[in-house]
Amino acid sequence: MAEQLAPKPKAQLDEEFAELYRRHLRDVYSYAYYRVGNHHDAEDLTEQTFLQAYRHFERAQRESRGRPLRPWLIRIAHNLAANLYRDRARRPVSPIDDDTTLSAPHTTEELVEDRDELAKVLAGIGTLSEDRREALIMRFALGMDNREIARALGRSDGATKVLIHRAIKQLEGIVGEGDD
Amino acid sequence: MTDAAPRLEGLLRRALTPVEPPEDVTARLEETLTSITELAAEELEGWELSSMRDPRNWVRPAAAVVLGGGAGVALVLLRARRRAGGGTRRGGPTVGGARVPSGTGE
Repeated sequence: MAEQLAPKPKAQLDEEFAELYRRHLRDVYSYAYYRVGNHHDAEDLTEQTFLQAYRHFERAQRESRGRPLRPWLIRIAHNLAANLYRDRARRPVSPIDDDTTLSAPHTTEELVEDRDELAKVLAGIGTLSEDRREALIMRFALGMDNREIARALGRSDGATKVLIHRAIKQLEGIVGEGDD
Repeated sequence: MTDAAPRLEGLLRRALTPVEPPEDVTARLEETLTSITELAAEELEGWELSSMRDPRNWVRPAAAVVLGGGAGVALVLLRARRRAGGGTRRGGPTVGGARVPSGTGE
Protein backbone atom coordinates (compact mmCIF):
# COMPACT_ATOMS: atom_id res chain seq x y z
CA MET A 1 0.00 0.00 0.00
CA ALA A 2 1.42 3.35 -0.99
CA GLU A 3 2.11 5.55 1.97
CA GLN A 4 1.43 9.23 1.50
CA LEU A 5 4.19 11.11 3.30
CA ALA A 6 3.88 14.75 4.20
CA PRO A 7 6.33 16.94 2.27
CA LYS A 8 9.41 17.91 4.23
CA PRO A 9 9.88 21.53 5.28
CA LYS A 10 12.15 23.42 2.90
CA ALA A 11 14.76 24.05 5.59
CA GLN A 12 15.09 20.31 6.19
CA LEU A 13 15.33 19.58 2.47
CA ASP A 14 18.01 22.23 2.07
CA GLU A 15 19.96 20.82 4.97
CA GLU A 16 19.76 17.32 3.52
CA PHE A 17 20.77 18.58 0.12
CA ALA A 18 23.75 20.40 1.64
CA GLU A 19 24.82 17.11 3.22
CA LEU A 20 24.47 15.33 -0.12
CA TYR A 21 26.55 18.07 -1.73
CA ARG A 22 29.30 17.89 0.89
CA ARG A 23 29.44 14.12 0.71
CA HIS A 24 29.50 13.80 -3.07
CA LEU A 25 31.07 16.95 -4.47
CA ARG A 26 34.36 15.15 -5.03
CA ASP A 27 32.60 12.18 -6.65
CA VAL A 28 30.72 14.38 -9.10
CA TYR A 29 33.78 16.48 -9.84
CA SER A 30 35.98 13.41 -10.35
CA TYR A 31 33.43 11.83 -12.66
CA ALA A 32 33.05 15.10 -14.58
CA TYR A 33 36.79 15.59 -14.85
CA TYR A 34 37.53 12.12 -16.17
CA ARG A 35 34.51 12.29 -18.43
CA VAL A 36 35.33 15.58 -20.14
CA GLY A 37 39.10 15.66 -19.65
CA ASN A 38 39.59 19.23 -18.47
CA HIS A 39 38.84 21.36 -15.43
CA HIS A 40 36.96 24.05 -17.28
CA ASP A 41 34.19 21.76 -18.50
CA ALA A 42 34.34 19.67 -15.34
CA GLU A 43 33.49 22.77 -13.33
CA ASP A 44 30.50 23.59 -15.51
CA LEU A 45 29.33 20.00 -15.48
CA THR A 46 29.61 19.76 -11.70
CA GLU A 47 27.76 23.00 -11.23
CA GLN A 48 24.94 22.01 -13.55
CA THR A 49 24.70 18.56 -11.99
CA PHE A 50 24.07 19.99 -8.54
CA LEU A 51 21.64 22.57 -9.88
CA GLN A 52 19.63 19.83 -11.58
CA ALA A 53 19.89 17.70 -8.47
CA TYR A 54 18.61 20.51 -6.29
CA ARG A 55 15.60 21.01 -8.51
CA HIS A 56 14.58 17.37 -8.31
CA PHE A 57 15.96 16.49 -4.90
CA GLU A 58 12.70 15.88 -3.10
CA ARG A 59 11.35 13.56 -5.78
CA ALA A 60 14.63 11.67 -5.89
CA GLN A 61 14.57 11.21 -2.13
CA ARG A 62 11.02 9.95 -2.30
CA GLU A 63 11.69 7.53 -5.13
CA SER A 64 15.00 6.25 -3.80
CA ARG A 65 13.27 4.77 -0.76
CA GLY A 66 16.35 5.25 1.38
CA ARG A 67 18.87 3.98 -1.17
CA PRO A 68 22.02 6.06 -1.67
CA LEU A 69 21.62 8.99 -4.05
CA ARG A 70 25.13 8.90 -5.48
CA PRO A 71 24.12 6.85 -8.56
CA TRP A 72 21.34 9.34 -9.23
CA LEU A 73 23.79 12.24 -9.05
CA ILE A 74 26.23 10.52 -11.38
CA ARG A 75 23.42 9.71 -13.78
CA ILE A 76 22.55 13.40 -13.94
CA ALA A 77 26.20 14.20 -14.68
CA HIS A 78 26.26 11.42 -17.28
CA ASN A 79 23.23 12.85 -19.07
CA LEU A 80 24.57 16.40 -18.93
CA ALA A 81 27.92 15.28 -20.31
CA ALA A 82 26.14 13.54 -23.18
CA ASN A 83 24.25 16.77 -23.90
CA LEU A 84 27.48 18.74 -23.76
CA TYR A 85 29.06 16.59 -26.43
CA ARG A 86 25.92 16.59 -28.52
CA ASP A 87 25.73 20.38 -28.38
CA ARG A 88 29.32 20.67 -29.44
CA ALA A 89 28.81 18.13 -32.22
CA ARG A 90 31.73 16.04 -31.05
CA ARG A 91 32.41 12.47 -32.03
CA PRO A 92 29.57 10.38 -30.62
CA VAL A 93 31.48 7.15 -29.97
CA SER A 94 34.69 8.38 -28.41
CA PRO A 95 34.14 11.93 -27.23
CA ILE A 96 37.48 12.28 -25.52
CA ASP A 97 39.74 13.13 -28.40
CA ASP A 98 43.35 14.24 -28.61
CA ASP A 99 42.55 17.75 -27.48
CA THR A 100 40.91 16.60 -24.29
CA THR A 101 42.71 13.39 -23.46
CA LEU A 102 42.06 11.80 -20.11
CA SER A 103 44.57 13.04 -17.62
CA ALA A 104 45.05 12.35 -13.95
CA PRO A 105 46.02 14.70 -11.14
CA HIS A 106 49.32 13.21 -10.04
CA THR A 107 52.25 14.76 -8.24
CA THR A 108 55.53 15.32 -10.03
CA GLU A 109 57.15 12.37 -8.22
CA GLU A 110 54.40 10.03 -9.27
CA LEU A 111 54.69 11.29 -12.80
CA VAL A 112 58.37 10.46 -12.92
CA GLU A 113 57.86 6.98 -11.49
CA ASP A 114 54.75 5.95 -13.31
CA ARG A 115 54.65 8.21 -16.27
CA ASP A 116 54.78 5.68 -19.06
CA GLU A 117 52.64 3.03 -17.45
CA LEU A 118 49.89 5.31 -16.25
CA ALA A 119 49.92 7.23 -19.49
CA LYS A 120 49.40 3.96 -21.33
CA VAL A 121 46.48 3.05 -19.08
CA LEU A 122 44.89 6.47 -19.44
CA ALA A 123 45.36 6.43 -23.19
CA GLY A 124 43.84 2.95 -23.26
CA ILE A 125 40.81 4.08 -21.29
CA GLY A 126 40.33 6.85 -23.81
CA THR A 127 40.00 4.33 -26.61
CA LEU A 128 37.25 2.29 -24.92
CA SER A 129 33.61 2.70 -25.81
CA GLU A 130 31.74 5.26 -23.76
CA ASP A 131 29.90 2.80 -21.55
CA ARG A 132 33.05 0.81 -20.75
CA ARG A 133 35.03 3.94 -20.02
CA GLU A 134 32.29 5.29 -17.77
CA ALA A 135 32.04 2.03 -15.87
CA LEU A 136 35.79 2.11 -15.19
CA ILE A 137 35.67 5.73 -14.06
CA MET A 138 32.82 4.93 -11.66
CA ARG A 139 34.56 1.84 -10.33
CA PHE A 140 38.10 3.12 -9.94
CA ALA A 141 37.83 6.90 -9.55
CA LEU A 142 34.65 6.89 -7.47
CA GLY A 143 34.88 3.45 -5.86
CA MET A 144 31.31 2.57 -6.76
CA ASP A 145 30.21 -1.05 -6.51
CA ASN A 146 28.41 -2.96 -9.25
CA ARG A 147 24.97 -2.13 -7.92
CA GLU A 148 25.66 1.60 -7.77
CA ILE A 149 27.17 1.59 -11.25
CA ALA A 150 24.19 -0.35 -12.54
CA ARG A 151 21.82 2.28 -11.17
CA ALA A 152 23.89 5.12 -12.59
CA LEU A 153 23.99 3.55 -16.04
CA GLY A 154 20.43 2.24 -15.96
CA ARG A 155 21.50 -1.38 -16.41
CA SER A 156 21.00 -4.59 -14.51
CA ASP A 157 23.59 -5.69 -11.94
CA GLY A 158 24.51 -8.65 -14.14
CA ALA A 159 24.95 -6.58 -17.28
CA THR A 160 27.10 -4.14 -15.34
CA LYS A 161 29.33 -6.91 -14.02
CA VAL A 162 29.86 -8.14 -17.58
CA LEU A 163 30.48 -4.59 -18.80
CA ILE A 164 33.24 -4.01 -16.25
CA HIS A 165 34.78 -7.43 -16.87
CA ARG A 166 34.93 -6.78 -20.60
CA ALA A 167 36.27 -3.26 -20.11
CA ILE A 168 39.16 -4.53 -18.00
CA LYS A 169 39.84 -7.38 -20.38
CA GLN A 170 39.90 -5.04 -23.37
CA LEU A 171 42.13 -2.59 -21.56
CA GLU A 172 44.43 -5.43 -20.59
CA GLY A 173 44.81 -6.20 -24.28
CA ILE A 174 45.43 -2.58 -25.20
CA VAL A 175 48.04 -2.03 -22.48
CA GLY A 176 49.63 -5.43 -23.20
CA GLU A 177 50.04 -4.64 -26.89
CA GLY A 178 52.45 -1.86 -26.05
CA ASP A 179 54.64 -4.21 -24.00
CA ASP A 180 55.36 -6.53 -26.93
CA MET B 1 40.61 -12.45 -17.00
CA THR B 2 44.31 -13.19 -16.83
CA ASP B 3 46.80 -12.90 -13.98
CA ALA B 4 47.58 -9.43 -15.25
CA ALA B 5 44.12 -8.21 -14.26
CA PRO B 6 44.85 -7.53 -10.56
CA ARG B 7 47.92 -5.54 -11.54
CA LEU B 8 45.93 -3.65 -14.12
CA GLU B 9 43.27 -2.90 -11.54
CA GLY B 10 45.99 -1.48 -9.29
CA LEU B 11 47.19 0.70 -12.14
CA LEU B 12 43.64 1.81 -12.81
CA ARG B 13 43.22 2.89 -9.20
CA ARG B 14 46.39 4.94 -9.43
CA ALA B 15 45.59 6.35 -12.85
CA LEU B 16 42.04 7.31 -11.93
CA THR B 17 42.68 8.91 -8.57
CA PRO B 18 39.76 10.97 -7.26
CA VAL B 19 40.05 14.63 -8.22
CA GLU B 20 39.50 17.27 -5.56
CA PRO B 21 37.67 20.24 -6.99
CA PRO B 22 39.82 23.38 -6.90
CA GLU B 23 38.97 25.59 -3.93
CA ASP B 24 37.64 28.40 -6.07
CA VAL B 25 35.24 25.97 -7.74
CA THR B 26 33.99 24.76 -4.39
CA ALA B 27 33.48 28.33 -3.21
CA ARG B 28 31.70 29.27 -6.42
CA LEU B 29 29.43 26.25 -6.33
CA GLU B 30 28.46 26.94 -2.75
CA GLU B 31 27.78 30.55 -3.59
CA THR B 32 25.54 29.48 -6.47
CA LEU B 33 23.64 26.95 -4.43
CA THR B 34 23.21 29.43 -1.61
CA SER B 35 21.91 32.04 -4.06
CA ILE B 36 19.43 29.56 -5.43
CA THR B 37 18.14 28.44 -2.08
CA GLU B 38 17.78 32.07 -0.99
CA LEU B 39 16.04 33.01 -4.20
CA ALA B 40 13.66 30.11 -3.82
CA ALA B 41 13.08 30.92 -0.18
CA GLU B 42 12.17 34.50 -0.99
CA GLU B 43 9.88 33.49 -3.81
CA LEU B 44 8.22 30.83 -1.71
CA GLU B 45 7.93 32.89 1.43
CA GLY B 46 4.56 34.46 0.74
CA TRP B 47 3.06 31.25 -0.50
CA GLU B 48 4.40 29.24 2.42
CA LEU B 49 3.09 31.70 4.99
CA SER B 50 -0.39 31.46 3.57
CA SER B 51 -0.23 27.68 3.44
CA MET B 52 1.50 26.90 6.71
CA ARG B 53 -1.65 26.11 8.61
CA ASP B 54 -2.43 23.16 6.38
CA PRO B 55 0.51 20.82 5.63
CA ARG B 56 -1.49 19.21 2.83
CA ASN B 57 -0.95 22.42 0.88
CA TRP B 58 2.82 22.12 1.00
CA VAL B 59 2.94 20.94 -2.56
CA ARG B 60 6.58 20.72 -3.60
CA PRO B 61 6.07 20.43 -7.38
CA ALA B 62 4.88 24.04 -7.39
CA ALA B 63 8.04 24.99 -5.54
CA ALA B 64 10.15 23.10 -8.07
CA VAL B 65 8.71 25.14 -10.92
CA VAL B 66 9.50 28.40 -9.13
CA LEU B 67 12.91 27.05 -8.22
CA GLY B 68 13.68 26.13 -11.80
CA GLY B 69 13.39 29.73 -12.89
CA GLY B 70 15.50 30.92 -10.00
CA ALA B 71 18.23 28.38 -10.68
CA GLY B 72 18.46 29.35 -14.32
CA VAL B 73 18.78 33.02 -13.50
CA ALA B 74 21.48 32.36 -10.90
CA LEU B 75 23.46 30.20 -13.29
CA VAL B 76 23.33 32.76 -16.10
CA LEU B 77 24.47 35.56 -13.80
CA LEU B 78 27.27 33.43 -12.45
CA ARG B 79 28.54 32.56 -15.91
CA ALA B 80 28.41 36.15 -17.07
CA ARG B 81 30.56 37.14 -14.09
CA ARG B 82 33.06 34.37 -14.72
CA ARG B 83 33.43 35.16 -18.42
CA ALA B 84 33.93 38.81 -17.63
CA GLY B 85 36.72 37.76 -15.28
CA GLY B 86 38.57 35.88 -18.03
CA GLY B 87 37.80 32.30 -16.98
CA THR B 88 39.63 29.91 -14.69
CA ARG B 89 41.15 27.29 -16.98
CA ARG B 90 44.27 25.73 -15.55
CA GLY B 91 47.19 23.88 -17.08
CA GLY B 92 49.90 21.60 -15.81
CA PRO B 93 52.47 18.98 -16.69
CA THR B 94 51.59 16.32 -19.22
CA VAL B 95 51.41 12.56 -19.21
CA GLY B 96 52.04 11.13 -22.64
CA GLY B 97 50.75 14.26 -24.27
CA ALA B 98 47.81 14.57 -21.90
CA ARG B 99 47.55 17.70 -19.85
CA VAL B 100 47.85 16.97 -16.15
CA PRO B 101 46.39 19.60 -13.85
CA SER B 102 48.13 20.76 -10.71
CA GLY B 103 46.74 17.99 -8.59
CA THR B 104 45.10 17.54 -5.27
CA GLY B 105 46.58 18.93 -2.13
CA GLU B 106 48.84 21.34 -3.96
